[in-house]
Amino acid sequence: MSVLTSAKEIRGPVGWYRDPWRKPRVLAGITIAYLVWSLLPVLIAVMFSFNDGRSRTNWQGFSFRWYWGDQSRSVWHDASLHTALFQTLKLGLLATLVTVPLGVLFAIGIDRWRGRLPAGANVLMLISFVIPEVLLAVALLFVVTSLALPFGLGTSAQVVGLVTYQIAYPAVLVRARLATIGRQYEEAAMDLGASQVESLRRVTLPMLMPAIFASTVLVFADVIDDFVLVRYLSNGSATEPVSVKIYNTARAAPTPALNALATLLLIAAFAAVVIGYLIFRRMTRNDETSGSGIAAFAGET
Amino acid sequence: MPRSREPSNRLWTVLAAPGIGWLLLFFLAPLYVVLAIVFGQRDPLFRTAVPVWNPLQWDPTQFTYVLTRIGPGEVYFPALARTVVYVGLASILCLCIAFPVAYYVSRLAGRWQGLLIALLIAPFWISYMMRMLAWVNLLQNDGLVNKILSFGGLFDVNVDWLTGQPVVVVLGLAYGYVPYMVLPLYAGLDRLSQSMLEASRDLGASRVSSFLRVTLPMCRPTMLAAVLLTCLPMLGDYFTNDLLSASPKTAMVGNLINDSVQAPGQTGQAGAFVMLVLVATVLPMIYYVRVTLRGDEVRT
Repeated sequence: MSVLTSAKEIRGPVGWYRDPWRKPRVLAGITIAYLVWSLLPVLIAVMFSFNDGRSRTNWQGFSFRWYWGDQSRSVWHDASLHTALFQTLKLGLLATLVTVPLGVLFAIGIDRWRGRLPAGANVLMLISFVIPEVLLAVALLFVVTSLALPFGLGTSAQVVGLVTYQIAYPAVLVRARLATIGRQYEEAAMDLGASQVESLRRVTLPMLMPAIFASTVLVFADVIDDFVLVRYLSNGSATEPVSVKIYNTARAAPTPALNALATLLLIAAFAAVVIGYLIFRRMTRNDETSGSGIAAFAGET
Repeated sequence: MPRSREPSNRLWTVLAAPGIGWLLLFFLAPLYVVLAIVFGQRDPLFRTAVPVWNPLQWDPTQFTYVLTRIGPGEVYFPALARTVVYVGLASILCLCIAFPVAYYVSRLAGRWQGLLIALLIAPFWISYMMRMLAWVNLLQNDGLVNKILSFGGLFDVNVDWLTGQPVVVVLGLAYGYVPYMVLPLYAGLDRLSQSMLEASRDLGASRVSSFLRVTLPMCRPTMLAAVLLTCLPMLGDYFTNDLLSASPKTAMVGNLINDSVQAPGQTGQAGAFVMLVLVATVLPMIYYVRVTLRGDEVRT
């Protein structure tokens, strides 16, 4: 009898616990629960953007009413909604166009230039990366409202703020990549007679291309999701992007058109990231020095 | 003597100059402007802030006005205490959720790893406002959460989730910021050396003790950095609160900043709160920078 019970025990929960080859079911369960918790609410919000009725909680049938069907309140017909979308995309493009070259050159410069000044600049850049966004936003708001600057509140102030907040992104990614490729290729080029500028342009920059490209996509996706900076530095409803629009109307009985607007932004961000990732994979196809997985793309290397 | 391997610094200076100039002009200088406004004057007629640029003429009235009101029992104390409690609870919650998830995806996921990473990164590219809007929809009085809790009308549950419930704010903060915790933890756990863990098991440590005595100590720096990366933005957060509660009963320091920035005549106070948050966050930020710089030295 006792032999039987002990065998039973080993097959029971204790045996399961002691089995070194058991599948990690608990952790898998937690992970799946986390993913459902983090993504399902958004999917439900997307679903209700296709709702045929005014409600965002009761499903009344599928339609494109809130995208273009409704003559006055759909995203297509309501000017305040599609201006917000265009403002978001405009800010995304402008801020990315300024941030990436600035950040890449900055990263190469402070990586190679030895001394106190570049070390201090590096610290400044890292602090700008982790400072609570609201602090920078209020500081810049004070600057724009209390100094006579060549630009006022609105798109230009928003772009300045976004560039300041995002410049660390390409800088960090490019510096990490510079550290992995090392200096030997550049030195080889210079030993073979290339000048400093030539070796930078024809050896280093091409090798940095995947990191530069990844940071372009990441900065764009981050900028179009930004809220704090663009809200403080906006100038009336004409320069309010989608995130501010959602903030202003989310608690004031909005229609599913707001969900539709948010969904369109979501599609824009995902299109940028997916296309970006596919191109990134092509770029790093034959490159052993950098990972080509999605984690490498997101800068987690 | 071989030809100098370190060519002149001039090229690097030229490359770095625009970025350094930008950061000085639009990052460091604005912080000085905040100081000039906090210690500046107020226009008696329009009640607008008048910055005073010379530090010798600074007037600490507005700053002491705020400073004397942050102690226990004063006007601003509840919001500051709430900030600490909410951010602390939300961070602990984030860590409890993010650590197992990151551990599973980085070490045990097998062939699903690529897909799981993509799903973990996805919330990054969904606008924060959209994610909060999703919860506003779910937590309406006739929303899905109340419907599920009432088991399809079986019980009469009519919880007003969106009117100043601290639980909702803390959960909302955790929901909003947990992706910022998962990714750094994933990167750190991914780098964890497998042979160390195997060695500890071979030398007789049980699963639990090898986790407690090898895994946890080895990823302590990563965990600290991950907690910082979530805590710091949370400290300035006001929009989660505005969307999920919109009640002064749950206001945090971010709400104090946001409300006083928009009120006429309170610009100086807003600046004082900004300085306060900056002082509170400057040590963690320096710690983060030091950890990052040390990581750079190891790598190069």
